[in-house]
Amino acid sequence: MLVTERERLRDDIQAMADRMGRKRDALIPILQEVQTKHQQISDYAMQVVADLLDIHPVEVYSVVSFYSFLDNKPKGRFVVRLCRTISCDMAGKEAVARQLMNDLGVCFGESTKDGKFTLDWANCIGMCDQGPALLVNEQVHTKVTPEGVHEILEACRKTFGVYAQEKKEERA
Amino acid sequence: MADNKKNIEDVSRAPVSQRGPAMERVAEGEGGIGAQVAVNIDGRDAKVPMGTTILDAAKKLGIRIPTLCHHPDLCVAGVCRVCVVEVENQRTLQAACAYPITQPTKVKTHTRKVRQARRHVVDLLLSQHYGDCYACTRNNNCELQSLAKEYGVDFFRFGHPTEARYEKDLSSHSVLRDMNKCVLCRRCVRTCIDLQEVGVLEAVGRSCETKIATFLDKPLAEVVCINCGQCINRCPTGALRANDPTDEVWAAIDDPKKHVVIQTAPAPRAAIGECFGLEPGHALTFEMNTALRMCGFDKVFDTNFTADLTILEEGTELILRLYKALVQKDRSVALPQFTSCSPGWVKYIEHFYPEYLPNVSSAKSPQQMFGAIIKTYYAQMHKIDPKDIVTVALMPCSAKKFECNRPEMMDSGYKDVDYGLTTRELAKMISEAGIDLPTIPKSDFDDPFGSATGSGVIFGASGGVMEAALRTVIELVVGIKVEDLYAHADIIPMRGFDGVKYAEINIPKVGPVPELLKKLVPSWDWLKGATLKVGVAHGTANAKRVMEDIKAGGKLSECHFIEFMGCPGGCLGGGGQPIPTSPEIRAARAKAIYDEDAHYEIRKSHENPVVAKIYKEFLTEGPCGHLSHKLLHTHYTPRGKYIV
Repeated sequence: MLVTERERLRDDIQAMADRMGRKRDALIPILQEVQTKHQQISDYAMQVVADLLDIHPVEVYSVVSFYSFLDNKPKGRFVVRLCRTISCDMAGKEAVARQLMNDLGVCFGESTKDGKFTLDWANCIGMCDQGPALLVNEQVHTKVTPEGVHEILEACRKTFGVYAQEKKEERA
Repeated sequence: MADNKKNIEDVSRAPVSQRGPAMERVAEGEGGIGAQVAVNIDGRDAKVPMGTTILDAAKKLGIRIPTLCHHPDLCVAGVCRVCVVEVENQRTLQAACAYPITQPTKVKTHTRKVRQARRHVVDLLLSQHYGDCYACTRNNNCELQSLAKEYGVDFFRFGHPTEARYEKDLSSHSVLRDMNKCVLCRRCVRTCIDLQEVGVLEAVGRSCETKIATFLDKPLAEVVCINCGQCINRCPTGALRANDPTDEVWAAIDDPKKHVVIQTAPAPRAAIGECFGLEPGHALTFEMNTALRMCGFDKVFDTNFTADLTILEEGTELILRLYKALVQKDRSVALPQFTSCSPGWVKYIEHFYPEYLPNVSSAKSPQQMFGAIIKTYYAQMHKIDPKDIVTVALMPCSAKKFECNRPEMMDSGYKDVDYGLTTRELAKMISEAGIDLPTIPKSDFDDPFGSATGSGVIFGASGGVMEAALRTVIELVVGIKVEDLYAHADIIPMRGFDGVKYAEINIPKVGPVPELLKKLVPSWDWLKGATLKVGVAHGTANAKRVMEDIKAGGKLSECHFIEFMGCPGGCLGGGGQPIPTSPEIRAARAKAIYDEDAHYEIRKSHENPVVAKIYKEFLTEGPCGHLSHKLLHTHYTPRGKYIV
């Protein structure tokens, strides 16, 4: 049977809502799960969430627009967030930032063309004693050096394409 | 109880410095919650029920605390901080509107610290408020402006924007938004989400990038806005306003070739005095007629005439539906029938309950019926080319502006109603013409559509349409005088501001079928012994309650006829009425409307002689006949709530 993307998204969110309860207070957990699963909370997803929780779409939009970790626009598979707060800044975040931009070929706030990476700033991730620090999705990397940037990104790249295939074979 | 108290102290997560003194709860038996608490404000003592806010307690004592984000119709927000006061034992200043008194409290409302803080708050609000007061619709009726004056703002301490940050949203026929003037008090948000439960506006973004926006920041015309304009009535600044066609109306008046006709709805006349400094509750119906002629309108008619016509059309439609359902056993008939007078409600049901559109009466609203009659019957009668006629409608409503621009409202071959004016806009036109409305002589409406009945007048209040319909139904079906059932024909159960009203009317006997309806039903025998069940809801939040009840098969699903009004209080609380609004103001306007009804000699729609005449001369097939279907009935668009 042909299932459109929208229908699949709707069923997906419906399952989440059933699991977490169709109440207003399930809003953020549902949105977080949609974000991790689909790398974005689309216009349609917001309306479905609103419909299921019996609130207004604009309220969902309000919440999505408030939190930096929830996004209406599509993000890359890996979101790299470099801390820009004062401790990391003094520990040399500038060089790391330059290396990230060089390596990925995008500026902060942008995604790579292949949709694999998004580069963004973060405000203090609580690693002030181990700066410069960055986040790759939910994983924290501390005391990052410009040389280390390549390794971190390479590890991410290895989950795609031929590398992923090799890994699969290794495991088998 | 004692254990409970201890637990509350233990789990308080507030820093010690910000914790209040240990709370002395009233022991059980002495009253508990609801007990009286002593409060001392500016050295004056009072006792208030536990939980009363400082603001309400001060009001009780006659002490004024300035507010901005607070509104009597809305829940507490406490965001603007204009109402800060000093509370003894509290480290910081507290917002009076959001501070519940739960223990003996001492408050000072105008110490140096308070005055300074308020001045700073106003300065900060002004540092984000772009726009020229002279060129603002709310000049002289702006809460921010009054606050600035009250707190002696003589310079902009924190600067003042020199250029616009946002583009104006002029997409809607009804409501225009200029977010540059917005001070983020969130009154519109609370109006839209809590009061009306439509949910168009919400604060979006964070920190200095916060703004009030629609879903995905779309223009208002593309979202589920029902154009009720309640947000306009509650906006403290000029950020929200109605789409004002006065320039076009003046141009039509000044054009000698145009025959400009105005119809005036019942609600504006009960409120327009407020724009001229009168207390709410003074009807200026006949002064307004004079003023309209002085402004240059060629004819001044009463919308009440088509309100009476609506009763006959909508009532006949109901009878036909009941006849089909009960006698012909047609299961496809949609019941209960919903009223269709309120364009806000109509757009609401189009968006949120499109599956129930067959239940909505196909009769147009009185405004649109009037437009269609003017450009056909009236034009023929007076031999005026309908293309030279400009019909203006004075309405208490911003949604009427959208309604008259609906593409289906062209049944006369022209735009049935050209412009919708709100009460506020007409007040502006009258002032522009140099007229002091309350002091000018009175004059009557023009013939032929000047004769109206009391039933038409009460359309302006919640429950009015139903009361008018019942007056007619009782007389036409039961064949007795309404006065025999209800003193002075005042059907009290339909009046008042209860969110949802419900009544049952027994039909113990039936009279003869009147001449007008003989073609449609042979006799009333099938209604003998029946019970007519009716409901009334005002404000879309209550409408939602009713719709959910109907969906769930509750009590209201057994109704035969339900009146819905989009605005709280009905038309008299409409989005085009003078600002401000509050429950007291709406009650005063309702009183003015019911007083006017009591003064009419003819108080039932079917007794209106002009209505009888129009069915004899023009709509010869009677109510719901072919021609009336063409001119006086319409169809609806299922819109749904999903935005692509």
